[in-house]
Amino acid sequence: MLDSIAGLGRFALRFVERLGRSQLFGLELLRALGAGLARPRLMVEQMYSIGVMSSLITVVAGLFVGMVLGLQGYYTLSDFGAEDSLGQLVALSLVRELGPVVTALLFAGRAGSALTAEIGLMKATEQLSALEMMAVDPLRRVLAPRLIAGFLSMPLLAALFSMTGVGGGYFVAVGLVGIDPGSFWSQMQSGVDFHDDILNGVLKSVVFGAVVTWISLFEGYDCIPTSEGVSRATTRTVVHSSLAVLGVDFVLTALMFGE
Amino acid sequence: MLPDRQISANVSADPRNTWVRIRGLSFDRGGYRIFDRIDIDIEYGRVTAVLGPSGSGKTTLLKLISGQLTPGAGCIEVGGRVVHDMSRSGLFALRRSMGMLFQSGALLSDLDVFENVAFPLREHTALPEALVRQLVLLRLESVGLRSARRLLPSELSGGMARRVALARALVLDPEMILFDEPFTGQDPISMGVLVKLIRSVNQALGITGVVVSHDVRETLSIADYVYVIGEGRVIGQGTPQEIEQSDSPWIRQFVQGHPDGPVPFHYPGPSIADDLFGDGG
Repeated sequence: MLDSIAGLGRFALRFVERLGRSQLFGLELLRALGAGLARPRLMVEQMYSIGVMSSLITVVAGLFVGMVLGLQGYYTLSDFGAEDSLGQLVALSLVRELGPVVTALLFAGRAGSALTAEIGLMKATEQLSALEMMAVDPLRRVLAPRLIAGFLSMPLLAALFSMTGVGGGYFVAVGLVGIDPGSFWSQMQSGVDFHDDILNGVLKSVVFGAVVTWISLFEGYDCIPTSEGVSRATTRTVVHSSLAVLGVDFVLTALMFGE
Repeated sequence: MLPDRQISANVSADPRNTWVRIRGLSFDRGGYRIFDRIDIDIEYGRVTAVLGPSGSGKTTLLKLISGQLTPGAGCIEVGGRVVHDMSRSGLFALRRSMGMLFQSGALLSDLDVFENVAFPLREHTALPEALVRQLVLLRLESVGLRSARRLLPSELSGGMARRVALARALVLDPEMILFDEPFTGQDPISMGVLVKLIRSVNQALGITGVVVSHDVRETLSIADYVYVIGEGRVIGQGTPQEIEQSDSPWIRQFVQGHPDGPVPFHYPGPSIADDLFGDGG
């Protein structure tokens, strides 16, 4: 009994300590952002490996999610004779929620885990120590460009996801179930507001990008520098990032779309 | 806490003779005492070796000298300045005059050999590209890898990676290079190449060398002065000849590689009779 209480206490202490370390790491990283912005070439390289390399999985996932939305939406809307609103339903679902959230989950799995593994391996193979010994700050040279690339790439990927999702929905609506293309687009145009829907969706994806990249970089930087340590850190990145995205999404949705 | 650090900090250091002065250094990690009030002097322009078995804290000592770790007590001065009292920018300035050769080479895996060696120049200078190219090629020539400049670190053998790392450490003309286990896991030819390179770096360029290693023969062949550490203390010190002829049982066991002696073959614990015929446990 006492052992389990002590174990719980140790777990809580470790959790709080890690949380504190991650916050301090985040602050250090924010301080290093200026240096990251001053090296646009490094940032562009990272946008390629973080953003461009994640675009295929985003496009494929967006297409299927859009097609599923089209089908499910059609089955429900047709009960009420409102099939013409399918374009609006698909677009709103994508730009408000599914675009940012599903892209962030994919981003955590694809780019986040790769970032953690990369930084963790750099730590395990003493590359980060070597940078310190060459009087080069790894936060400025290695991590800051990745953070900036992460929160610039996320909204672009989310936009790509929503765009291909709308394409998938259009294919199902017009190609499979025979909805009039004119009403599909016009309902979408009239039902989606640029500020309330699209900009809020973009804001969500920027926040998700920052959260996922921050967690990924912290896990890599803080990992135990062994192969087992790196693999555990990679798993933690995916789990923590996914939970953080869903939790933050609830808060943002309540703030943005609440009365 | 006051005495150790302050008294030592007041010891006047002549940076031209003693480049690194360690006094009363103690360091604990994970509840274990790695160093217990050790004193070490590293002379300018000479190769000083620190020998000791695995786990005796040799790499930790290099990290303490370079300011990557902070001592629990005692004082470490490099070039007359106390390392652990420096700001981060002060430490970075110090490290520009100090190279470190890591055990694995620690080359940046996404850059090829040329770019790895050019990296410190690109980060710390604004030299024109033509000059960077010349400096890098000269450094690579001195380690025999000029023609390997377009290979990636993953395409290099362990010995080649260490030679590239040495070229990288040399490219900013440091005052001192710290060598972390430079011979571990090398075949005889690579070992010979590294011995020759470390010796020539010291003799031709006058760079102070600190070699931590447990490869006794190779290390004694290049060192001017040797410290043997173990159990958190300096067990012995002297020229390579003095170490080889030492009558300390501990040093004799270490230098000659005897399996049993002051460092026992058996991990400490109850006798085998207790374990076999006792109550168990």
